Amino acid sequence: MEAIIKGQAYVVGDAIDTDQIIPAQHLVYSLSDPEERRFYGRYALSGVPPEGQGLPFGHRPFTPPDAFTSPYRIVVAGSNFGCGSSREHAPFALAEAGCAAVVAESYARIFYRNAVGGGFLVPFESTERLVERIRTGDILSIDTQVGTLANETTGETFLLKPLGDVADILRAGGIFNYARQAGLIPA
Amino acid sequence: MTITEKILARHAGRDRVAPGDNIWVEVDVLMTHDVCGPPTIEIFKREFGEHARVWDREKVVIIPDHYIFTKNHHANRNVEILRAFAAEQDLPHYYDVGTERYKGVCHMALAEEGFNRPGSLLVGTDSHTCTSGAFGMFSTGIGNTDAALVMGTGKLWLKVPETMKFVFEGSLPPYLMAKDLILTVIGDIGCDGATYRALEFDGEAVYDLPVHERMTLTNMAIEAGGKSGIIAPDEKIFEYVRARTDAPFEPVYGDPDARYHTFRVYDVTTMEPVVAKPHSPDNRAAVSEVAGTRLDRAYIGSCTGGKLEDFEAAARILKGEEVVIDTFIVPATTHIARQLHTTTLDGVSLYEIFERAGCQIGKASCAACLGGPVDTFGRTHGSEVVISTTNRNFPGRMGSKQASVYLASPLTVAASALTGVITDPRTVLV
Repeated sequence: MEAIIKGQAYVVGDAIDTDQIIPAQHLVYSLSDPEERRFYGRYALSGVPPEGQGLPFGHRPFTPPDAFTSPYRIVVAGSNFGCGSSREHAPFALAEAGCAAVVAESYARIFYRNAVGGGFLVPFESTERLVERIRTGDILSIDTQVGTLANETTGETFLLKPLGDVADILRAGGIFNYARQAGLIPA
Repeated sequence: MTITEKILARHAGRDRVAPGDNIWVEVDVLMTHDVCGPPTIEIFKREFGEHARVWDREKVVIIPDHYIFTKNHHANRNVEILRAFAAEQDLPHYYDVGTERYKGVCHMALAEEGFNRPGSLLVGTDSHTCTSGAFGMFSTGIGNTDAALVMGTGKLWLKVPETMKFVFEGSLPPYLMAKDLILTVIGDIGCDGATYRALEFDGEAVYDLPVHERMTLTNMAIEAGGKSGIIAPDEKIFEYVRARTDAPFEPVYGDPDARYHTFRVYDVTTMEPVVAKPHSPDNRAAVSEVAGTRLDRAYIGSCTGGKLEDFEAAARILKGEEVVIDTFIVPATTHIARQLHTTTLDGVSLYEIFERAGCQIGKASCAACLGGPVDTFGRTHGSEVVISTTNRNFPGRMGSKQASVYLASPLTVAASALTGVITDPRTVLV
């Protein structure tokens, strides 16, 4: 986990479910084949209806057409981000596109767990609703040690909730590394 | 302790656990399918080595069901990966496509094949794995990384959830089904109303339900964000399980002084048929409120809507009638597909009733419940308005993000298929 996660914001609304994060028709590519796995980055957040993409502007894709990575490193969302399917392809797709962190009001359990367990991205919880206070394209800087989100475009700073127990797993790089370090499975 | 806490304590080797405790549990069954199985296997091999063996070959169940009848070569490759892994590991519980063993939707298949056993702990790489809780067991959906860890060690790290209890009192009227009960609950508490919690169902109306209808309640716990759904087992469950497996099981019940996060009581005699409007399972309305809404398509299938009881309900309405919109019938499993031919209503098989009504009948699988490859049976491609017995209606779920999906009971879907508009089943039930 980087000490400072900095990059452009991509803002979406409430209840962005896993079908919107990576539509089911794209769950067929290999996650380990370097040529195929890039398609998860291309289609990340492609299921969000056009009016909800890149709020408040809309019609702004997360990954530009024919590209495999996104210019946006930090997704800002409302409540219940990642609800729906158990597909781990969802946090994987965001990470593959280049997303390092999501800042949401709340998460669905399985998405949150997958994001942490696989070491894909840092799922921060905001202490207030941010989707109307941050715009897609704003430059954000997250201090992962202190737990703050600075919007360098507007000069505002927001507090994030502490990561708690999952910080150790994220620092280890996922549940397997964590379990090995803790002696729970053989190194 | 609640039934959930007691099952988790037993699988953690402890006398007691409390909500919020993080514990390592021993898993009784790990289920995976064709979407999440291949990446799980990749992670398993990456972490445990190319020649690693699964922790217990009797406890790994692999059921391809999602993208089965498609020309998509990536989807077909997924099944080939499962097939090769099952052969390499000599797994006895693999249900291969194109063979006599092929089953269909994993959650129903787990029940039919005797893997759901009271008091046990089952995890699966599908969010609707919570379905198995209808058997008085703990079951929950996990991701590929967690599943790979279970595959190698038999262990899972999890947090003990608080329990929300929902009691349905009264005798269920003939126009209501389990889908109406659970959509009512989800509408009340919202799609994140049960996040990090277990949902427990109780009451006369629940215990009146046949086993498969109970699975509709627990299946949709995840649509409220729940970690699991559960119903304490009764004699009906024991009979069902004993008819399918010789494996021993030990039922668990909650303590009288168990603590619940929520305790909510419903009187089913005052409830109405309901739908979930687009685009969220918690966007509830009474059918009477949205009656007359124009539809393009009706769909009866999936783990919550493709069971024999669902088709019996639909057949009560469709018998001797003709649908006026495209209506898709998808049995959840091959066993249910056969039952469509052998189960009759007034001497006519359910299959014939649907065929004469002008329905299109598909092969056993998940089909269009979750969209999938473009050639998937019943999948949406445009701005169709669909009424469906499936369990999720987020944008794009059935394929096209321009489509609008209403969720409803098989009775409501069948009644609507006859008129082409959302129709209250009470207006056509005799």
